[in-house]
Amino acid sequence: MALITMRQAITDALREEMQRDDKVFIMGQEVGVWGGTYAVTRGFYDEFGEKRVRDTPISEMAIGGVAVGAAMGGLRPVAEFMTINFAFLALDAIVNHAAKIHYMFGEQMRVPVVYRAPGGGGRQLGATHSHTPDVIFAHFPGLKVVSPATPYDAKGLMKAAIRTDDPVLFIEHHTLYQIRGEVPEGDYVVPIGVSDVKRPGDAVTIVAYAQGLQVALEAAKQLAQEGIEAEVVDLRSLRPLDMGPVLESFRKTFKAVIVEEGYRTFGIGAEIAARLQEEGFDYMDAPVKRVAQLEAPLPYSRELEQSALINADRVIAAVKEIL
Amino acid sequence: MDKAILLDWYRQMVLVRRFEQKCAELYQLGKIGGFLHLYIGQEATAVGSIAARRPQDHVITAYRDHAHALVVGADPKRLMAELLGKATGVSKGKGGSMHLASVEHNYWGGYGIVGGHIPLGTGLALAEKYKETDAVVLCYMGDGSTNIGYFHESLNMAGVWDLPVIYIVENNQYGMGTSVARASAAPDMVTKAAGYAMPARKVNGMDVIEVYNAVRETIDAIHAGVAPQFLEINTYRFEGHSMGDPLRYRTKDEVEKWRGDDPIGILERHILKENAATKEELEQIDDEVEAVIEEAVKFAEESPFPAPEALFEGIYVDN
Repeated sequence: MALITMRQAITDALREEMQRDDKVFIMGQEVGVWGGTYAVTRGFYDEFGEKRVRDTPISEMAIGGVAVGAAMGGLRPVAEFMTINFAFLALDAIVNHAAKIHYMFGEQMRVPVVYRAPGGGGRQLGATHSHTPDVIFAHFPGLKVVSPATPYDAKGLMKAAIRTDDPVLFIEHHTLYQIRGEVPEGDYVVPIGVSDVKRPGDAVTIVAYAQGLQVALEAAKQLAQEGIEAEVVDLRSLRPLDMGPVLESFRKTFKAVIVEEGYRTFGIGAEIAARLQEEGFDYMDAPVKRVAQLEAPLPYSRELEQSALINADRVIAAVKEIL
Repeated sequence: MDKAILLDWYRQMVLVRRFEQKCAELYQLGKIGGFLHLYIGQEATAVGSIAARRPQDHVITAYRDHAHALVVGADPKRLMAELLGKATGVSKGKGGSMHLASVEHNYWGGYGIVGGHIPLGTGLALAEKYKETDAVVLCYMGDGSTNIGYFHESLNMAGVWDLPVIYIVENNQYGMGTSVARASAAPDMVTKAAGYAMPARKVNGMDVIEVYNAVRETIDAIHAGVAPQFLEINTYRFEGHSMGDPLRYRTKDEVEKWRGDDPIGILERHILKENAATKEELEQIDDEVEAVIEEAVKFAEESPFPAPEALFEGIYVDN
């Protein structure tokens, strides 16, 4: 086991997959000579050459669509959007093409593309550069959407994303690149569409993913000091959504708080809460609480931005409301 | 041009024409649903250009896609079945008129979002260059799609990466009801290619032989190392944009003038003048095509609709 950052975990997964399969290649803005805006592909240009590490023009529509065509043609592109905010420009390529082509043409074609998209709030980037729009992409059957919270999951999910024959949006929260975690030596895969209990407990179920998971774990740690043992379930994948561990935990705790960085309205929490009442109604002892981003565009000014975002205090308050 | 080739092109053009006419009938009867965009008038473009490709060369186009499917060699029975929404259709009844494909013939569809397939064709070309094959991509589009961002981003990226793709604008003079002059600040399509330092030429799309020669020479140019390439093929759709087109945007005189240049008529006159066939021999081809169409409709009518469980089949490869 090695203690590495999430950035390193993603880098290692990409490098190992490129070494394993010469059909895997990287394309995106500043992925090559620059080394990646978040330095995830630093050194790749020299190691693999410009054929396999392709700097693109600033052309999100083409990045999104050319990657689909290359995947149809037998390659396994890892196409990077510099940030998920820019992927809005490629929404048509992702939603209307990557996610539809296998189905719409009667399974004649496969689109094994991975879109990497760093994103999230909390870095004073202003309203247009701070989105957590994961739910928009998770809405559509045909696309797989994953967003890891730990280095272990990031490496294993990236390998699974590259190896599946389906299109995957791989969302990387930009505040998580520096977090460290244990990652084993050698090859392993974390399956897409499998939720995971990150902390056992019996008092309340906290459902989270990505940056929200780190917030949830911090809240659980503080709650434990008061003798409240929260169980924390990490969704890891938003589509396919694995409700199994969430329901199993809920049937034990009878209470749930859902934590997400995106907006509450029509959010991940709305979906999870609906599924809990549909599939776990008999176990419901209290209203399901949602901790999410407040409903305003994210402002630049530091304190004002932070006031809109999720934090451990808000999670703790939500837990205490229903205990 | 070899006599057998001319007669084969005639047969293909008549096949497309009669297939489309039959589609219009079936649409009026309510047997074909959704949108239906007919290729009537543009037959020389699909037939001449696809005749110039080799089997390993790829074809991808927009939603006016029946002709390309027929000409690459997809089974008319399975194409008609797709239009009737049947399980035996090329896309299992899930695609419809705008989403025909036949990957076994390197025909990658059939796309309903204007311009959305242009980066897909560009990506197919990237895959071939990456795999170091000599295959090229024929990426067809309408004049209207030259105004969308996909077009410009794709041409630029293909130019930066020297991708083996021919962007073929089938300029039928209107994007739906808006003429090129009213939609494009640079109405001359070849000047748009110049913006990406891409070799470009204009082609008379009503003359199948001219289309064939142009595409043949363009593929040769790519093999000589000059890629990507751009062709503006000027043509005209004799029918509306889709079924239900009010046809308010062009005059009867204009339509009649273009109908005088019917590509099938031009080829027919050429064949007779060159004594490549007699009128009777051409009529025999017409009859053979008629039988193919009847057989396709019969197959489609008799085929089953998709089973209910098909709804959830094929969403993912790995479940």
